[in-house]
Amino acid sequence: MAATILSGPTSRPVLRRLVRFAVSLVVLVLASFAMIHLIPGDPVRASLGPAAPIELVEARTAALGLDQPILTQLTTYVSGLLSGDMGTSFLTGEPVSEVIAARLPNTLALALLATVIALLAAIPLGMWAAVRTENGRHRGTEAAFGTATGTVVAVPEFLYAIALVTVFAITLRAFPPAGKDGLESYVLPVLALAIGPIGMIARIARVETLRVLGTDYVRLARAKRLPAGRLYLRHVLPNTLTATLTLGGLLLSSLIAGSVLVEYVFAWPGLGLKIVEAITQKDYPVAQGVILVYGAIVLLVNLLVDVVLSLSDPTSAIKES
Amino acid sequence: MLRTPSAIAGTVLVGLMVVLAVIGPPIWGDQADLIDAGAILQGSSAAHPLGTDNLGRDLLARVLVAGRFSLLLALAAALIGAVAGVVLGALPSVLPTRLARLVTGAVNALVAFPGLLLAMFTAVVAGLGARGAVLGIGVAIAPGFARLTQTLAASVAGADYVSAARMLGVPRRRILVRHVLPNIAEPLILNLTQALGGALLGLAGMSFLGLGVQPPSYDWGRLLFDGFGRIYVTPVVAIGPAVAVALAGIGFNLLGDTLARRAARTTVPGKKATTSVAADTDKPDEGAVLEVKDLTVTFPGGVTPVRQLSLSVRPGEIVGVVGESGSGKSLTAAAIGGLVPYPGTVGYGRLRLCGKDVTELSRKELGTSLAMVFQDPMASLNPALKVGGQLAEVAVVHQGATRAEARGRAVDRLGHVHLPEPDKQAKKHPHELSGGMRQRAVIAMGLMGTPRLIIADEPTTALDVTVQRQILRLLREVTEETGSAALFISHDIAVVGELCDRVVVMYAGRVVEELPVDRLATGAAHPYTRALITSLPDMDTDRTLPLASIPGRQPGPAEVGDGCAFAPRCALATDRCSTERPLLSVYGDAHQVACWEAK
Repeated sequence: MAATILSGPTSRPVLRRLVRFAVSLVVLVLASFAMIHLIPGDPVRASLGPAAPIELVEARTAALGLDQPILTQLTTYVSGLLSGDMGTSFLTGEPVSEVIAARLPNTLALALLATVIALLAAIPLGMWAAVRTENGRHRGTEAAFGTATGTVVAVPEFLYAIALVTVFAITLRAFPPAGKDGLESYVLPVLALAIGPIGMIARIARVETLRVLGTDYVRLARAKRLPAGRLYLRHVLPNTLTATLTLGGLLLSSLIAGSVLVEYVFAWPGLGLKIVEAITQKDYPVAQGVILVYGAIVLLVNLLVDVVLSLSDPTSAIKES
Repeated sequence: MLRTPSAIAGTVLVGLMVVLAVIGPPIWGDQADLIDAGAILQGSSAAHPLGTDNLGRDLLARVLVAGRFSLLLALAAALIGAVAGVVLGALPSVLPTRLARLVTGAVNALVAFPGLLLAMFTAVVAGLGARGAVLGIGVAIAPGFARLTQTLAASVAGADYVSAARMLGVPRRRILVRHVLPNIAEPLILNLTQALGGALLGLAGMSFLGLGVQPPSYDWGRLLFDGFGRIYVTPVVAIGPAVAVALAGIGFNLLGDTLARRAARTTVPGKKATTSVAADTDKPDEGAVLEVKDLTVTFPGGVTPVRQLSLSVRPGEIVGVVGESGSGKSLTAAAIGGLVPYPGTVGYGRLRLCGKDVTELSRKELGTSLAMVFQDPMASLNPALKVGGQLAEVAVVHQGATRAEARGRAVDRLGHVHLPEPDKQAKKHPHELSGGMRQRAVIAMGLMGTPRLIIADEPTTALDVTVQRQILRLLREVTEETGSAALFISHDIAVVGELCDRVVVMYAGRVVEELPVDRLATGAAHPYTRALITSLPDMDTDRTLPLASIPGRQPGPAEVGDGCAFAPRCALATDRCSTERPLLSVYGDAHQVACWEAK
């Protein structure tokens, strides 16, 4: 498979994206390494507090290798990463990689579900709005759609989360207010994450649909008197998907790191809750590891979106050249 | 600017926020800090509508007071982000090439990163508290601004004044500061409104997580943090700060949207025009494939690009419709195909296809008996679907063919239009075919049904001359083989003369002459038709003289007066021509003309 990709007509853009991904990954590793060293003063002292005895601080510093020359520290860090070692938590002594491995699936599940639900709700909504408001008809619908999506997008996800908890968990007691316990515990966090993106993607889907509706090939398809369902599903939808799915991919990567606030509201045992704990308690190795993993996932998802697009979109070969 | 409800709402909300920031602390400041040991952790009451905090301070007053601090922090973060972003974005235009590329690459990489991640990274380094949060949100905003600056700077870099300055040897830094930045300042400032909204929400989020503002200071996010801890017992304490953050977010977003769209706003026509249907008096022509009588296309505002147009096409006949751009010929074709874009309205005395009124025709009949070919073959094929699939569709939808049958027929029709290796072409996407091949494929698509009429709207205009010939020959061949008639729309009277049996000449939305093609060269009666023919260069044209042209221009659809529309440009025009419009009247055998001077 890889060989056919690299030898096909799309090989060059794909290769270029792979190179870009590799460079970004290296920069990300350097940045996460630098993070601990950029902290003003002594991070170990800051983390243990002013009351900690000097011996403890020195022992911890030595254990972390922070007394070594900086280049030695970098090579140790990188070779550690390559063998899956991301250090140990200041607070619990657990290996950071184990903490992340235990929590990452929970975060991914939230983000993935929210993305799928947002796309499934937003694309039909945007297409419907486009067809209804095409050529300036139904100005009322257009204004209502614009205001509604603008409002939905503008409210941050943690407010949706708080509102959902208050109404459905505390008042109605229909769903659990916090924690991960069975399928029903997914409902509120996923909803809180999906509401804003539904507004955003519906807008894009509408604009894209309007663009496609104005093309000659849709005029021709209308001249063929295709039934409405076939016209919209076969001729319009595929041509709007490039933009909409790109957005879906970017949405997924932004939700993985963006679910922090929602995880916090629902005490969801994911990476987001962990990084908030780590930052407030100055558990730097954990914070460093989580940020590195978040960054790597974002890079990876963006790379996948790019590659899938360049392989699936028949016209992207032209755009590239 | 204040025409839409969302713009009004955005302006009002942002205005309220600003007023609150100014008057909040002086009015409610004392009440917000008043510690009341007798009223700690209360819920809603008459004295404290939103309850009290753990020191008995009134939460409503604290929400109202916190507005100023929240807005100021957001402003600081947005400014940090904007300044850093503009510097990052402008740097590449003064740095040496390699460094410039590095900065551009870094910005592109950062834009892809979620803002919250950058903010948390910065917050870890800068430490917990308002300072770290503001810095973090500023860092999160910067890449977007840098990208915007780069895009805008690139768009003015090619402007004449910038090139001129460069040629005069003005240093690059000076060009940037004096020529580029002032010209992109406005969109950058407009973007700041949205950035401000983003910063406000970002900071609220950081404080809500406990990573932002720390006590004894408080912003809305911090109040929400405190309130959230008590949400199970007294949910009301979370309402105040939550509503404040939501309203601020909505206000800045709606206003920012409006500002960003301000420049791009275009005027739109207001009301629908009424349709006037002329009385249908005489008998319809049962033998004609297409019969149009008194066709009128109207757009709102009284613009009428097609006026009382009548024409008919008999089976197997190729009728050319010729005229300048704006004569209404393409709209005529669209009206016949039922494809006039909204808000245009079509009125007619009679519009019959294949012996039936168009309103009586089923979708299936329309889809199979009428074929359309448009000007740009790239644009008329769906780029996401394979050529064969797009062809096969008509057979599947309207003729109940199975997929395999439809595919077979599609390949057969592609062979019919002389596409080499039709089975291979059917599996390709449109962009893999050349322009001429695409136009053949579109014609083949029309042949999938049993077309009685092919409407071809400038089918060869986008193609080069040799391919034009092939397509014209193909159209001729197709009509001869299938017995289909064709309506051929073109601005090129030479092409029309070659291909068609009969020619309809349009001017300013009306038919001015209709004649058999063999009379075109010598027998044309209307001064406009004659002028079109004399303006054609041929082998005998004296090339030392300028090409003949018709002086003046065609009146627009809204400018047509009472008389003959061509009168202002006509050498033969009399007083009568400019006051009274000549009707189309019989001039010879199958020849009609609308001119007072044609005798």
